Amino acid sequence: MHSLENPREDATLIRLEAADALIAQWTRRHGAARDQLLPLLHMLQEEMGFVDDALVAPIAAAFNLSRADVHGVVTFYHDFRRVPAGRHVVKICRAESCQARGGAAIEAAAAERLGVAMGGTRRDGQVTLEAVYCLGLCAVGPNALVDGRPVARVDVGRLDAIAREIAA
Amino acid sequence: MKRVYVSRDMASVALGADEIARTLAQAGCDVVRTGSRGLFSIEPLVEVEMPEGRIGYGPVGAADVGKILDGTHPHRLGDVGALPFFASQQRFTFARCGITDPLSLEDYAAHGGWRGLDAARAAAPQQVVDIVKASGLRGRGGAGFPTGIKWQTVLDAPDGPRFIVCNADEGDSGTFADRMLMEGDPYCLIEGMAIAAHAVGASRGYIYIRSEYPFAIDTMRAAIDRAAGRIAPFVIEVRAGAGAYVCGEETALLDSIEGKRGQVRAKPPLPALKGLFGKPTVINNVLSLAAVPFILAEGAQAYADVGFGRSRGTMPVQLAGNVKHGGLYEVGFGITLGELVNDIGGGTESGRPVRAVQVGGPLGAYFPPSMFHLPFDYEAFAQAGGLIGHAGITVFDDTADMAQMARFAMEFCAVESCGKCTPCRIGSTRGVEVMDRIIAARDAAPVAAEGAAGGYLGEALHSRAPSRIDTGIEAQTALLRDLCDTMKFGSLCALGGFTPYPVLSALDHFPEDFGAPAPIEQAAE
Repeated sequence: MHSLENPREDATLIRLEAADALIAQWTRRHGAARDQLLPLLHMLQEEMGFVDDALVAPIAAAFNLSRADVHGVVTFYHDFRRVPAGRHVVKICRAESCQARGGAAIEAAAAERLGVAMGGTRRDGQVTLEAVYCLGLCAVGPNALVDGRPVARVDVGRLDAIAREIAA
Repeated sequence: MKRVYVSRDMASVALGADEIARTLAQAGCDVVRTGSRGLFSIEPLVEVEMPEGRIGYGPVGAADVGKILDGTHPHRLGDVGALPFFASQQRFTFARCGITDPLSLEDYAAHGGWRGLDAARAAAPQQVVDIVKASGLRGRGGAGFPTGIKWQTVLDAPDGPRFIVCNADEGDSGTFADRMLMEGDPYCLIEGMAIAAHAVGASRGYIYIRSEYPFAIDTMRAAIDRAAGRIAPFVIEVRAGAGAYVCGEETALLDSIEGKRGQVRAKPPLPALKGLFGKPTVINNVLSLAAVPFILAEGAQAYADVGFGRSRGTMPVQLAGNVKHGGLYEVGFGITLGELVNDIGGGTESGRPVRAVQVGGPLGAYFPPSMFHLPFDYEAFAQAGGLIGHAGITVFDDTADMAQMARFAMEFCAVESCGKCTPCRIGSTRGVEVMDRIIAARDAAPVAAEGAAGGYLGEALHSRAPSRIDTGIEAQTALLRDLCDTMKFGSLCALGGFTPYPVLSALDHFPEDFGAPAPIEQAAE
């Protein structure tokens, strides 16, 4: 039903077909009851890096929900990305306990050292810097999550180490 | 081969415990990964098994392994359990945490595990509910509702399927007890849920864990797999959150499990009658459920004997923020705030004077040291215009700007509001604007200065001619109080309803940060 002439459309199509297969595989294993929607979105993001807006329609069809409904869920939760993240993701805690330990200065220093504003992805696609509200390490802050690895007592020295790590 | 113990808790790993464990293994040690003992000023901590018992060393790094193994390291702590921080605790819920291998069923059984479940299953459901009622256990998530009464409502509900839901969406900054328990003693939570299931006749349970806790999610899933036979026919499933703070509110959490936007439901109906999938549901916090095995094993009286006033039993208090000896301190209710912050916590880590403590997370009040006589008790805190919440205490030194903290409370509410009710959705954004004006007036900078408020907030701020808004501190403070009043009484849940607590407490106790004269009460103290 789609033409395969344009190479960019071609890549998108391949990605969508892969997503369709993942969705079908998921519903075969777990069913298509509505409460499986969040676990499915987590899986898709894990596999594909983000939840493409183009996936809303096939998910809605699989779960027998309206597209508006699925779109509403995807956009409600901070975790689900609608665009790809950078190759590395650095999350810095902004909550009170980290602030009490100098978190605001670390937040600013991180933005400066990584060369990207909080909430953004660097132009070269190497790193995404995001805020997180509490990692539950509140006695050893300021805290960060570097590609899922927790780092406590973040100071300028640790930020430099993180900057070197994401440059690699 | 020397047996050594190193924590696998997320906080320990963030401090470098994995590297130490690897080095110890390379040195030929038998490394047992435990949960955290709960005192982070001595972590990373290594305990070496010796004829006289476990000898702790901490804080240590991977380079210290040689000196740890030959016993010459200067950070030798001796028996960790005998340190004053631990010896003065009453560890009912966290008795095993930091001592056992979290996923070892043998360890769990050898340290008193499953005794509560066995006692419960030998009794009729009504008897179990009566025991929990007699213990005086109240909901540890923050509201403090009697757990036994909640269970009774579900037990008395009409026949049909019912659910146990564990609220592990511990989003409050300054709290980490749920995380520590799930990572350090997951079977304790599983046992508590199985007891609840027997008490109300549920066959299925869910644990909703926030996605910011990946270690807890993995540990709970592994533990559930291993304990499946022990708790059968009861079945438990972990559901991961997706970064929405409001899902810690119980009805929003239920909607989230159901696959919807995590929006708050109007109550009634109570979740106990129409909860998950519209069925009767026990929804309890991790700490409430994890307290139950002790109560069933040792008896309701043993639990109720400890405590203060109508707050019975123990509370795992979490000391966080700028505190010297931060960590988890489980103790009976009634200990004063000052004892916790100064005697146990040792004051600030920065060495500067304590300016304020926030108790109960982002929705809890800020208290000055002049209120450190307050006993840790649900009623005493409510009377003082605050709340215990999940018992997290975040300490701030005298560099804290309380007007900025009040602004942050509003900003956080705006970021995390589920959007269902107007006072929370709109009020929080208006609150940020009002705080910006107060801070700007305080700093004597013109309100319309560039960069005072960015993005759409700035546009909204300038949508009226500045001359039409009285941006003076007095007028804006009156507006802030009025707004807080609307949010407090008009919001659907605690997010919008309690955000005024940190804002107004900061304003009342630290008016000098809001450009007003300092209060007299501190001078009188």
